Amino acid sequence: MLGRTAASLYWMSRYIERAENIARLTEVGYRISLTPDIGFGHREDWKSTLIAAGCYEDYLARHKEINSEKVKHFLLFDRDNPSSVRSCLETARNNARAVRTALTREMWEALNSTYIDFTSVKQADLGSGKLPEFLDWVRQRSALFRGSMLGTLLRDEGFHFSQLGAFIERADNTARILDVKYYVLLPTNETVGGDIDAFQWETILRSVSAHRSYRHVYKDRYRPWNVAEFLILRPEMPRSFCFCYGWIERSLEGLSDMVGRPMPSLLEARTILNDLKNGHMDAIFQSGLHEFLNDFLKRNNQVSAHIAEDYHFL
Amino acid sequence: MTMNKQAGAAQKGSKPTMAAFFDEMRYADGTIRPAYAKIAEWMNQQSKGGMARKQEEADAIFRRLGITFAVYGDTASNERLIPFDLIPRVVAAQEWRFLERGIEQRVRALNLFLYDIYHRQEIIRAGRVPADLIIGNEAFLPQMMGFDPPGKVYSHIVGTDIVRTGENAFFVLEDNLRTPSGVSYMLEDREAMMHLFPELFAAHRVAPVERYPEMLRQTLESVAPPACKSDPTLAVLTPGIFNSAYFEHSFLADQMGVELVQGSDLFIEDGALYMRTVTGKERIDVLYRRVDDNFLDPLAFHPNSTLGVPGLFDLYRAGGVTIVNAPGTGIADDKAVYAYVPDIIEFYTGEKPILSNVPTYRCSMADECGYVLNHLAELVVKEVHGSGGYGMLIGPHSTKAQLAEFEKKIKANPSNYIAQPTLSLSTCPSNVGAGSAPRHVDLRPFVLVGDKIRITPGGLTRVALQKGSLVVNSSQSGGTKDTWVLED
Repeated sequence: MLGRTAASLYWMSRYIERAENIARLTEVGYRISLTPDIGFGHREDWKSTLIAAGCYEDYLARHKEINSEKVKHFLLFDRDNPSSVRSCLETARNNARAVRTALTREMWEALNSTYIDFTSVKQADLGSGKLPEFLDWVRQRSALFRGSMLGTLLRDEGFHFSQLGAFIERADNTARILDVKYYVLLPTNETVGGDIDAFQWETILRSVSAHRSYRHVYKDRYRPWNVAEFLILRPEMPRSFCFCYGWIERSLEGLSDMVGRPMPSLLEARTILNDLKNGHMDAIFQSGLHEFLNDFLKRNNQVSAHIAEDYHFL
Repeated sequence: MTMNKQAGAAQKGSKPTMAAFFDEMRYADGTIRPAYAKIAEWMNQQSKGGMARKQEEADAIFRRLGITFAVYGDTASNERLIPFDLIPRVVAAQEWRFLERGIEQRVRALNLFLYDIYHRQEIIRAGRVPADLIIGNEAFLPQMMGFDPPGKVYSHIVGTDIVRTGENAFFVLEDNLRTPSGVSYMLEDREAMMHLFPELFAAHRVAPVERYPEMLRQTLESVAPPACKSDPTLAVLTPGIFNSAYFEHSFLADQMGVELVQGSDLFIEDGALYMRTVTGKERIDVLYRRVDDNFLDPLAFHPNSTLGVPGLFDLYRAGGVTIVNAPGTGIADDKAVYAYVPDIIEFYTGEKPILSNVPTYRCSMADECGYVLNHLAELVVKEVHGSGGYGMLIGPHSTKAQLAEFEKKIKANPSNYIAQPTLSLSTCPSNVGAGSAPRHVDLRPFVLVGDKIRITPGGLTRVALQKGSLVVNSSQSGGTKDTWVLED
């Protein structure tokens, strides 16, 4: 497989995953904005969404104030925002076009029709409560793409690169969501474990479709401690770091087998996975969750850079 | 016999019908030709709403597959769909046999011509083609002199454009020996038809086109370079996703199961061409390039090109890789050389041409130029190096101002133009908003030349969907339709 092809598959998957995550974050922002304002002057729900999406600064560079219509436009439709759902779908599709031969027809059709349908939607069409339906649709289309891939793609190197893109991106997103929660969402004069807090944790879990599975695993109300553990260390939670790194390791092993020796990216991913497997929430909270998350984001980026190097992405 | 007369002889011998348009479905008295019998019956059974639904379904299929093309100078809607016409064109078995013989003869002769032009130039010595037409031609590549491409094949993939004007009147309009496109539409149009109207196929014996990718692969493998000692590795070279034919490039690579590469993926090392892969590098033996000659190798041709590979041409000449089609084939499908193709066929095969040329006036010849300038309003004038329907004058459909403008252009640079009579292209029934109506068509069969000549039955029918229009180019709002060669 060409290095350029591998790179395109990797980025295609990353951008589809990102489109889905931006849609999930937008939904969280929307839900929070619907909750009654209980004072304290903290209406920063959209700000936190922008931060979690990693584009707060980009937004401020273009808009003076945080206004829900503007934020929605910025997150969903803005061509100038490289992480808007539209831009993500477009970038994913351009990458897919460049490697049509490495995709199955079903994968291509899933992505291409999503893009085509998306471009016919205008923000004006999303008034009066139609936004959640639209965000659902984005998630469904991402699921359709993933399903076509899992159902039709040969389990060769192309599959590994697609998986890597998806899980590196997902790990990155989960880390950002958690980080935002801990340091931005919680109003300073509200106590950890209070009502707003519980509501906010719930929306976080909702954004990763895990508010019910949390109950199954913990049989308890939402506690920050558990939520963080759920999203970081639990191998059965499909958006947790541990789960993502399990798949990243598996794909990097597959690729290393092909090369015939363990590549640096595999060694690095393995170390991260082992740290997660042996990790404890006590230790993580003690050294600071924010620091832990920042460190994880950095390591995750490093793995991404090593993959590009090891497999001759251009 | 002088060359001038030779070209003239072709004109007189087979004058295209100028009067009424030839209807491929109906005889002049309105009765249906046998080949169209079941199609006509089927058309009668279709309701207007039913056809409209099928048309929507077809458009959705093509859009979902991403079978789009980019139109140059049309930035707003960068990717457009080529309109697909639901009603198939039918070619009777005996008509196809005739075309097939004619195409094979022509393609064989043109490859022999290319070999000769890049070696001893016997045809020039014999006075059958003027030296300055070749040597002074932009499409002639002196770099190719004295080189023997594997199998002595220059143009491996050919798209011969054919128009029909009467019962037995077929004319070759263009030879397209460089990097002809459109074959993916031929294949996808068939796919779509089989999906939409399986019952129609059950009622006919339609010659299959699906083997084209496999035949392309065999053709490419048969021209592996001398340095290749095992199974040759093939690759398709594309300029990238913004090229108008990108869909086709990726489609063909996919159908053959080979890599689709760009210039940046390739490098030359120790006398071999390699592509950068995730595990290092892999050698390429045969490169089916869809990049123009000029951009193939910045060291040999256009120095600023980033689409090709530095050193590729030297490697090619040294036998380390085969470039398909060979560089320099443009000298044989140049519009000025076109007028000499009947001579070329006779010179190399000793046979009379089976398929006729469209009479062609070369503005480089003073007397023919004079005729052109006096009859501009009746003629189609083309730039010698133009393609895709750009830079063309259709006399009968032009305004006085356009005619005057072309007159000026021709006078300024006569050798840049040729002219042909406005052909009365045949018509086929087409699905138009209000039912079916006759529309003008041409035909591009696809020919593969390697260890042998392989012609896929049928080809791409392009149709001018606008009422009365004679321009079938996709860049000028033409459409395509499935082409059925019926088996006996």
